[in-house]
Amino acid sequence: MSDFILSKFNYWASILLMMIGMYGMIAKKNLIKKIIGMNIFQVSVFLFYISMGKVKGGTAPIFWEKAVIYDNPIPHVLILTAIVVSISTTAVALSIIIRIYNCFRTVEENKILETLANDENQSGNNQ
Amino acid sequence: MYEIDKFLPLMIPLTALLAVPLIYFFRNQRDIRDGVSVLAPGTMFALAFLVFKNFYQNKEPLFIHILDITPTVSLQFRVDGASILFSLIASFLWIITTIYSRGYLGGLREKKQTSFYAYFALTLFATQSLAYSGNLITTFIFYELITLFTYPLVTHKGSDEAIKAGRKYFAYLIGTSLIFFLTAIVLTLSLKGEMSYKETGIFDGSESVEMLLLIFLFFLFGVAKAAIMPVHAWLPAAMVAPTPVSALLHAVAVVKAGVFVLYRVFNFVFTPDIIAGFNGHFIALTFSAITIVVASMIALRQDNLKRRLAYSTISQLSYIIFGFSLLNSHALTGSLYHLIMHAFGKITLFFCAGSIYVTTHISEISKLDGIGKKLPITMFCFAIGSLSMIGMPLFGGFVSKYYLLKGIAYSDYQLLFAIFGISTLLNAAYFLPIVYAAFFKPPKEEIHLEAKESQRSMEFALSITALGTIVLFFVHGFFYPLIGV
Amino acid sequence: MIVYIILIPLVTAIIIPLFGFINKKLPFYVTLLSAFTNFILVIRTAKKIFSYGTERYFFGGFEAPFGIEYVVDGLNSIILIIISFMFFIITVYSKRSLEKEIENRRLPLFYALYTLFYTGILGIVITGDIFNLYVFIEIASLSSYTLIAMGQKRNALMASYNYLILGTIGATFILIGIGYLFMATGSLNMADIKLRIVPLYHSKMVRTAFAFLTLGLMLKLALFPLHVWLPNAYSYAPSAMGALLAATGTKVSAYALIRILYSVFTIEFDMKIIPFNQIFLLISLVAILAGSTLALAQTNLKKMLAYSSIGQIGYITLGISLSNATSLQGSVLHIFNHSLMKGGLFLIAGGIFYKLNIENIYDMKGISKRMPYSMAFFVILTLSMIGMPFTVGFLSKWYLILGAIEVGRYFVIPIIVISSLLSLIYLWRLVEISFNSDVDKKEISEMPVSMMVPVIIISLLTVFLGVFSDIPISLSREAVKIILGS
Repeated sequence: MSDFILSKFNYWASILLMMIGMYGMIAKKNLIKKIIGMNIFQVSVFLFYISMGKVKGGTAPIFWEKAVIYDNPIPHVLILTAIVVSISTTAVALSIIIRIYNCFRTVEENKILETLANDENQSGNNQ
Repeated sequence: MYEIDKFLPLMIPLTALLAVPLIYFFRNQRDIRDGVSVLAPGTMFALAFLVFKNFYQNKEPLFIHILDITPTVSLQFRVDGASILFSLIASFLWIITTIYSRGYLGGLREKKQTSFYAYFALTLFATQSLAYSGNLITTFIFYELITLFTYPLVTHKGSDEAIKAGRKYFAYLIGTSLIFFLTAIVLTLSLKGEMSYKETGIFDGSESVEMLLLIFLFFLFGVAKAAIMPVHAWLPAAMVAPTPVSALLHAVAVVKAGVFVLYRVFNFVFTPDIIAGFNGHFIALTFSAITIVVASMIALRQDNLKRRLAYSTISQLSYIIFGFSLLNSHALTGSLYHLIMHAFGKITLFFCAGSIYVTTHISEISKLDGIGKKLPITMFCFAIGSLSMIGMPLFGGFVSKYYLLKGIAYSDYQLLFAIFGISTLLNAAYFLPIVYAAFFKPPKEEIHLEAKESQRSMEFALSITALGTIVLFFVHGFFYPLIGV
Repeated sequence: MIVYIILIPLVTAIIIPLFGFINKKLPFYVTLLSAFTNFILVIRTAKKIFSYGTERYFFGGFEAPFGIEYVVDGLNSIILIIISFMFFIITVYSKRSLEKEIENRRLPLFYALYTLFYTGILGIVITGDIFNLYVFIEIASLSSYTLIAMGQKRNALMASYNYLILGTIGATFILIGIGYLFMATGSLNMADIKLRIVPLYHSKMVRTAFAFLTLGLMLKLALFPLHVWLPNAYSYAPSAMGALLAATGTKVSAYALIRILYSVFTIEFDMKIIPFNQIFLLISLVAILAGSTLALAQTNLKKMLAYSSIGQIGYITLGISLSNATSLQGSVLHIFNHSLMKGGLFLIAGGIFYKLNIENIYDMKGISKRMPYSMAFFVILTLSMIGMPFTVGFLSKWYLILGAIEVGRYFVIPIIVISSLLSLIYLWRLVEISFNSDVDKKEISEMPVSMMVPVIIISLLTVFLGVFSDIPISLSREAVKIILGS
């Protein structure tokens, strides 16, 4: 049993991180904390990809005469792209949060929803 | 020659369609617009007559393939006796109704006259197309179009009451047709792989009895336009429409379209033999007999004249379905005759109701005492229409009832004579008191006549249809080549 | 040749801000020009595909399994046609609509992102490489988050944020799925994976990949109950963007799902190895009913249309889950038709908002007097949504019903019928209210011509293609040939 867990520790680590991230995205009420959760969630996937590319006994995929096996470079390259995507997502999310803060003067989700509900009532009364 | 044969029937609905932009274009020149509305059905009637002449020579049904929507769904026309009959009546009565509408709408100073005429033409386009439909899906398409085009006519007044009635109208007709009618068509297609009407029927009796019965019932109640109980409630609701609409559409075009679809179902989708095989006719007989009696009894208790006429229509429509489900040729002839005779009789009655409403603003029966002296022509024609509905000899209604009774005599259900007896008595009971009161009772209060000038065109129209019911009695043999089974 | 389909909008998106420095009005014309060029290009490509067969392009000249491959075949050409058409027509519409809804200084940015979104969805459709698919999904999503946030009301910000969170979860799931697939097969090219995957059907890795991929795409597709982001996103975005999202956003995800299910995995895998189809069928039916019922409860016109979309997505997935040639043809047709119809309906809703500033259905009493033509076209599109014969809406429902009968799942028919009735009720409600004539006669104040013309074209097309149905049917038949690989 312990062997099973230890031999796949890299997956366990990414699963753990993924769960932490998911929890943050769903349970936290603070919009910025949600974004932090999202980042953890995405990073866990990156780790999963990177560890996937490791080949036993392989070296870094740079041409070297003594090397017998190389690690698979493709997942690493893919993850470079994914990191860029993740950063852009974070940037967009943060800029939306800034606008939300300017509009609502808070980044707490429940308070924002309250304000929105008030909006709705008011527009209903005006009609 | 062959090409022209195929072209002529297509021209009939197209004429109605062409009339729509013309009506809209001449919306500010009232006389030209109304002229178009008379000219279009006139042309259609002439065309239908030419088609009739061709059919009379060949005596062969004609198939016209128009286009494919999907490989299995195609638009197809079929020209045969019944379709020509329906087309002739609808176009002839449209001419009369237009003349009548001119007086009616003018008398009430209606505002939205142009849209009224335009939707009228559209409805007639759909009705004529339905008459010539050659397969189930074409029928379905035009059946739905009729509902759509009549909806604005039903809600013409725009009041909350009219909107509510319109909702009921729409819900009943679209609802039943989508749930039952379309399902029946799809099931037919999935079982047999085709949908074209055939004399030998689409089904050949090799299918399971339960399935056939299910499909049959879906057709019977899916075609709510035939107003068999319990799917009849839309028809009284539709009476909020202006009277010309009630007259042509809800006594002739729309309801007869429903009955016509059932005619196709009974004889060209199933055949009498197959229906007898799964006892479908028994159910249809039961429901139509109940409808005949119950609707008449409800009619008896209506004080609003148009509503009484509406329930009478429901009852009379079931005569036709009743005739189909007797499954013999005499009854079928009677049913098809009833399609004509009821059309002429009921349109006369509706015209009278409208004429009374325009000139006196009375719509309740209890206030009609003594009105015969003020409106002698109208009430005289009302009497003729009533007598035809009851089925007196010398009036058209007698012919159809005669054939229907003959049909019962040749069937296994002689007990059903009783239904006819009761129903005829009820008919007399709800029509004749109106006539009696109009002529022989003293008026309860002074009746003022308005809109004298519009009276003339209305009286002209309703005397023609009243005359028609009498003439039809004598010349009914003329239609025999179309009806003869 | 086919790479230009992506390249033109991509380059346009980058240079639009530069034009914005010269004149704030210029970006619109640049977008219009590029949209039109792209549309023509797509049509020409599609014509070529139908006479000569599938066309491929290899990035940088690296051959298929190694390099990134772009493919245009019978399946995605129909999607490309509808997307590029809708994009062009909504761009025409956007000019006047945006003048009201967005500040002038933001217009260049709007058009830049708008074109970038277009690039993203075109990429999703055209790419033959599964990782590239993920990248394009993210390009489209990121630009749509910002576009939604540009909406007038402050609800738009929250709508955009929620979409961002859920969209990211969905996209990351797809990423995980791709990872597992790569672990199992060592390839990223869809066609190559399809070949390599056959002996691995019972591998747990492949199954996990399948689960993550479908779940991620279902989130992107807003399939009930993963739909929560959709209604707010559609209704609070600027009208033009809302219409574009409704017309293309989810449709593209539906396409991606079809690709994954049938061109990466195979029909045997979906049906035999795992009971995916049965589960999927159930979800689709629930989605159809739930979407229509929820739409009934809405009073905001745009939200009602958005919920209706959720129900309509159910139709698309229904056809996918029945997985026979007829039902798949129904699905492809429904992607096409629904894009046309819902796009048109959203455009009309935007037009009503533009002219009269109302969104609530019950405030629309008697508007047919003020906007008679718009309402007439609304009726046409409504009929098509219900599935009236002679409109395109009929074709897809018909094929779905036939497909259901073919595999003996008769219970699908009543559900389709009930949902049609529900959509009749919720759409007809507006027709009825708008034709109510208790309101006094007012002067006609229709939308501006540039907004009216797109509506007219869409409405006429729904009827035209419904009557002369050869075009959509033969296009979708080609598509099904590709899906089933025959």
